[in-house]
Amino acid sequence: MVPLLDPLLIVALTLNFVALGVSRIRGVINAVALQGVLLGILALFVHPAIGTRVILLVAVTVGLKGFVIPRYLVHALREANIQEEVKPGVGSFMGSLLLGAVGTGLAMVFSDTLPLAEQHKHLLLVPASLATVWTGFLMLTTRKRAIMQVLGYLLLENGIFMFGLLLLEATPFLVEVGILLDLFTGVFVMAIIIHHISREFASTSTEHLTELKG
Amino acid sequence: MTLALILVPLVAAALVFAVPANRWRPWLMPVASLGHSILVVFALQGPPVRALGGWLVLDPLGKIFLGFVSVLFFICSIYTARYLNLGHERPNRIFCVCFLLSLSMMTLVILSHHLGLMWVGMEATTLAMAPNIYFYHTPRSLEATWKYLLICSVGIAMALFGLFFLAYATLHTSLEPTLLLDDLVQHAPELSHPWLRAAFVLVLVGFGTKMGLAPMHTWLPDAHGEAPAPVSAMLSGALLPCAFLAILRVFHICNAAGEGAFSREIMVVLGLFSMAIGAIFMTGQRDLKRLLAYSSVEHMGILVFGIGIGGLAVFGALLHVLNNGLTKVALFLSAGNIQSAYGSRSTEDVSGAIRRLPITGTLFLAGFFAITGSPPFGPFLSEFTIVNAALGSDQFLAGALFLLLLAIVFIGMGSTIIPVVQGDPPEAAAQPGFRDGFLTSAPILVSLALVLLLGVYIPPPLESLLREAAALLEVKR
Repeated sequence: MVPLLDPLLIVALTLNFVALGVSRIRGVINAVALQGVLLGILALFVHPAIGTRVILLVAVTVGLKGFVIPRYLVHALREANIQEEVKPGVGSFMGSLLLGAVGTGLAMVFSDTLPLAEQHKHLLLVPASLATVWTGFLMLTTRKRAIMQVLGYLLLENGIFMFGLLLLEATPFLVEVGILLDLFTGVFVMAIIIHHISREFASTSTEHLTELKG
Repeated sequence: MTLALILVPLVAAALVFAVPANRWRPWLMPVASLGHSILVVFALQGPPVRALGGWLVLDPLGKIFLGFVSVLFFICSIYTARYLNLGHERPNRIFCVCFLLSLSMMTLVILSHHLGLMWVGMEATTLAMAPNIYFYHTPRSLEATWKYLLICSVGIAMALFGLFFLAYATLHTSLEPTLLLDDLVQHAPELSHPWLRAAFVLVLVGFGTKMGLAPMHTWLPDAHGEAPAPVSAMLSGALLPCAFLAILRVFHICNAAGEGAFSREIMVVLGLFSMAIGAIFMTGQRDLKRLLAYSSVEHMGILVFGIGIGGLAVFGALLHVLNNGLTKVALFLSAGNIQSAYGSRSTEDVSGAIRRLPITGTLFLAGFFAITGSPPFGPFLSEFTIVNAALGSDQFLAGALFLLLLAIVFIGMGSTIIPVVQGDPPEAAAQPGFRDGFLTSAPILVSLALVLLLGVYIPPPLESLLREAAALLEVKR
């Protein structure tokens, strides 16, 4: 494999921590977006035989994950008049950073025990994927703000995408683009709902959404 | 032909979007739906349906689901058109577009033999339904929509992870990594078993979230409760079974790989757990539509339980998809009528429905007996088949628990529904302008009549389809 692959993945992993630790929402959006761009570029390194298909895929991925979705989220942020501070729900930033670190460590250990194919044994891709999925879940469960939960979902999706890079043959271009399109539409609809939440409750905290029980 | 099945509702959605008149826009839905149903009839009878180099195939399992979804959608669309006209000041453009989009995407899910494509369709159905749950723009429906959107999207993302694991399992074979169902089934014994098991668990959890299996069901009562009645009916009758189909596809591969016993064990446990959660929350439930929603959790549990038991129960579970779906449509639509007439769906405000709405009230009561498995309705037959198979294959504990939970559900659900239907209507005057009408009661009557029919007589073509589909999922020992 190309020597550049691991350094890129380490940057992507670092961005997980940035996303968990930064206090401004816009900072988190940028971290997730940059990770998306990196993932797109990674596809070039994972697949030595670069055809038009891979280049197109990279273009679509980078365009959507790196530019369209983050731009749109920033726009939604401004529209909904969301204040910039992130309030972690459980513990503090230190707490979630710590949990993130523990999860990342466990992902490294765990992927050593996985029955990976010979050519993937020493790649950082699988542990990085698991660690990012974990970070996504962490953000989904510990952040109260609706927009932060969307960002958690995006991180989760980034992690799954990393794993998918090992299997580009299995997911033809059409399906890959379909997945990205679904992702974009999902974020689009979620942002509309966030807009309505902020109008209805004058806040985007999901703490207001506790009416339905039983 | 194959593509037309997907494209007809899609084009109809575009047409509906272009129609300016709020009043008669909804009537395009039954028209489009009828077109879809006619195509489905041709697809079911005609030569094998195949397109895009084996990506879209209509197999026996798909035939059952496709025919069923098409019929259900047609019944619901007539009711919906009338329903939307009753509140004709509310804009319904997005509603109608999304309703038709969901039909198109459900068709895609059913036809897909490429699991990646199936995933794309599944996520698309989730997104298409979201604006419809938020139709009334109340704070409560906002909360329901948010939960639905986020929980289902995350769940379905986990299913994608599972599908990638499945593709990874092929790396240990001579096969190129693929997600084509037919290739995977054919080469199943060579697949890497640890990856296959992990894939099944993730797919079961992921699509199980969409299907409403406990403990991933938390979005379901909220969404079913707050959505307009026909949307709840479609969610419960058609959309949840589509997620079930997605699980069956992966189960099919596991089975062919000799991992059937492993996956069936999980399904039995998860099925019983869902039934138990449904039973607990149905007892003492005061919200009519939430009651029906928990009944959906219970019945989704019955479906996976049936597959888990294996043998004849697979036939029973597939039959139960039809029985449960049709009965749920009848129940949700009549609950919609009751809500329209009383302006409430809480048991505190609603009583004596049979006097205020004689037709709806009667049908609602009949629907209750049907869904709790009383003869001569269809669910009795399918649930009986499942229990019979469980006891016949010496799975006594599972069978006994199944029966016990069914009994609890009958009592729990009855204690809420009987007072709603019987008794005297409250003093407060009826909501003006709502009475039983032909268009609001005929769809309910038709679906219940079909449930009754399935209880006494299964048409031979349907029976042979069910047998073929069950044979696909049969455990190879």
